[in-house]
Amino acid sequence: MRIEEKFMELKERKEGALIGFITVGDPELESTVDIVGSLIEGGIDIIELGLPFSDPIADGVVIQRASERSLRNGMNPDLYFKIVKKIKYEIPKICLTYYNLVLQRGLEKFVKDCRNSGISGIIVPDLPIEESEALLRACRDYNLDLIFLVAPTTTEERLKKILKEATGFLYVVSLLGVTGVRENLSTKIKPTLMRINKFNPKIPIAVGFGISKPEHVRNVIRIGADGAIVGSAFVRIIEEYLNNREKMLHRLEKFAMELKKGTTMT
Amino acid sequence: MKMKLPNKIGKFDIYGGKFAPEVLMPALEELESGFRKFINDEEFQNELNYYLREFAGRPTPLYYAKNLTEKLGGAKIYLKREDLVHGGAHKLNNTLGQALLAKKMGKKRIIAETGAGQHGVATAMAASALGLECEIYMGEEDVERQKLNVFRIELLGAKVIPVKSGSKTLKDAINEALRDWLANVDDTYYLIGSVVGPHPYPMIVREFQRVIGRETKKEILRKEEKLPDIIFACVGGGSNAMGIFYDFLREDVRLIGVEAGGKGIRTGKHGATLYAGTDGVLHGMYTKLLQDKYGQISESYSIAAGLDYPGVGPELAYLLRKRRLEVLYATDEQALKAFMELSENEGIIPALEPCHALYHAFRFAGKMNGDDIIIVNLSGRGDKDVFVVAKELGVEL
Repeated sequence: MRIEEKFMELKERKEGALIGFITVGDPELESTVDIVGSLIEGGIDIIELGLPFSDPIADGVVIQRASERSLRNGMNPDLYFKIVKKIKYEIPKICLTYYNLVLQRGLEKFVKDCRNSGISGIIVPDLPIEESEALLRACRDYNLDLIFLVAPTTTEERLKKILKEATGFLYVVSLLGVTGVRENLSTKIKPTLMRINKFNPKIPIAVGFGISKPEHVRNVIRIGADGAIVGSAFVRIIEEYLNNREKMLHRLEKFAMELKKGTTMT
Repeated sequence: MKMKLPNKIGKFDIYGGKFAPEVLMPALEELESGFRKFINDEEFQNELNYYLREFAGRPTPLYYAKNLTEKLGGAKIYLKREDLVHGGAHKLNNTLGQALLAKKMGKKRIIAETGAGQHGVATAMAASALGLECEIYMGEEDVERQKLNVFRIELLGAKVIPVKSGSKTLKDAINEALRDWLANVDDTYYLIGSVVGPHPYPMIVREFQRVIGRETKKEILRKEEKLPDIIFACVGGGSNAMGIFYDFLREDVRLIGVEAGGKGIRTGKHGATLYAGTDGVLHGMYTKLLQDKYGQISESYSIAAGLDYPGVGPELAYLLRKRRLEVLYATDEQALKAFMELSENEGIIPALEPCHALYHAFRFAGKMNGDDIIIVNLSGRGDKDVFVVAKELGVEL
């Protein structure tokens, strides 16, 4: 399913999107399909599937540890696409990884493998707009969205360039820093959204980094985002129940359900 | 050879660039415009030159290694004595330049990564001299290996933050410093220690290290009335190499970079990125890397902590591709041999890093003529390495 279709469908239901992130192959290679199943059962609308890199500079400790666990399990892009192909739920799947893994596979092959395993978008946190031309071209050839990030520090000039190329949704980084669970919602979200909205973007906007509680989701949607992205808070549950799969799946589903309640638009 | 590199987008032909998270992109732009503004500013240059002269002890001598030249019976060997720079290595040239830039740009806090600890010490020195707050990221394993430098950094009033992620060495310290910068980009200056990272860092570090080559050129012309035949420098990230090579790029001089062969290339335990690496993206740059076929970064290894890095400056990758640079490697064992040779014959205890370059310089010298000239960039002194060397020799200290 296309990402923008999903956002439109939700908008008709007066809902924001709950976007979940997990690292594929964490805690075990076999557990990913069930974990995604539980998250969907709980109500997530879009799933970001992390392909772990040895040097994830944009990630905080929780996702770093998930990457390390997955890599220790022998995760690699070949395995990743095999596993992702097995995730056959009717929600958009997005691949999140770092540029070197895309580059080493070959841009076209990587994008093709995404397409063939049912992925509809790619996020590459260390690929800024300036360096994205080749991957953009490959994504267009295979009808995939390349999702760009916008930060509180992004200048107007850069924002214009990004909005020109962005498809799928615009990934707004809520704060200055890395991914991770935070106690409070960043105060930088509102001004960033205001700056973006000045350009009347046609593309949906989702906010991520630090979004870890139901009230965070509710607030993000209330101040005008079309979606909220939750990663580390899910991964933390996985980490907490490494040896109790049943309980892990149950907790993930319940937590997704609590978060999803916050996406109702008023 | 075209000299105006990097180009507008920070590329040295295919290498370099800016592969950084969006949060940092505006900061990199700010850094570039700050650098371009001040590098041509007379007041900035005067202040920097003052610190380089009065604080760092520049210019450093170009020392004629008479004993070894006679012993080997070939080319004349000169040593560019960066080991005599305050702090014991060439690193201070760059940290003074960047710390001064940080101050002019209104930043109050400096962060840096360090492997062997030399860049950490040099950053702490510059920060202390210029009155800036300073925190140094260092892999937990390196903290253990380089206790002496950790203590020096702390004596200088800076804080060492041990990095527990990944392989717990230099590459992970860079990751963690980048993560800190992401969170504190408003008031913090990230002072990278080598010609690596996203543009404009490779250019900035090169420009602040060029003083090595500029002095070398002037001095060799004064002493010998001609340019050298070969210049040798060790290559980890590549800052001492770019520093001495850059002003000779357009001259008819062979430039040879020597990487860490570790326990031998075939064992996989080495740091020979240019020699054995493949192209990819790490730490914001497109360059040569040690990596597996999927693009996961491999752990490097060297007896010399300063060469223990799985990447290399993009400009060096470019120069190799253009065949302007030749690349060799020396193993741990060969570096140790050169370490003993220089210590015994010249009364200079070198750092293990330049010993890699010395090994090949000595080998070449013996086969060359008496009127040929070799220059080696002696990038640091060996005090920091005596424990490692003693252990290798089976001596208990």
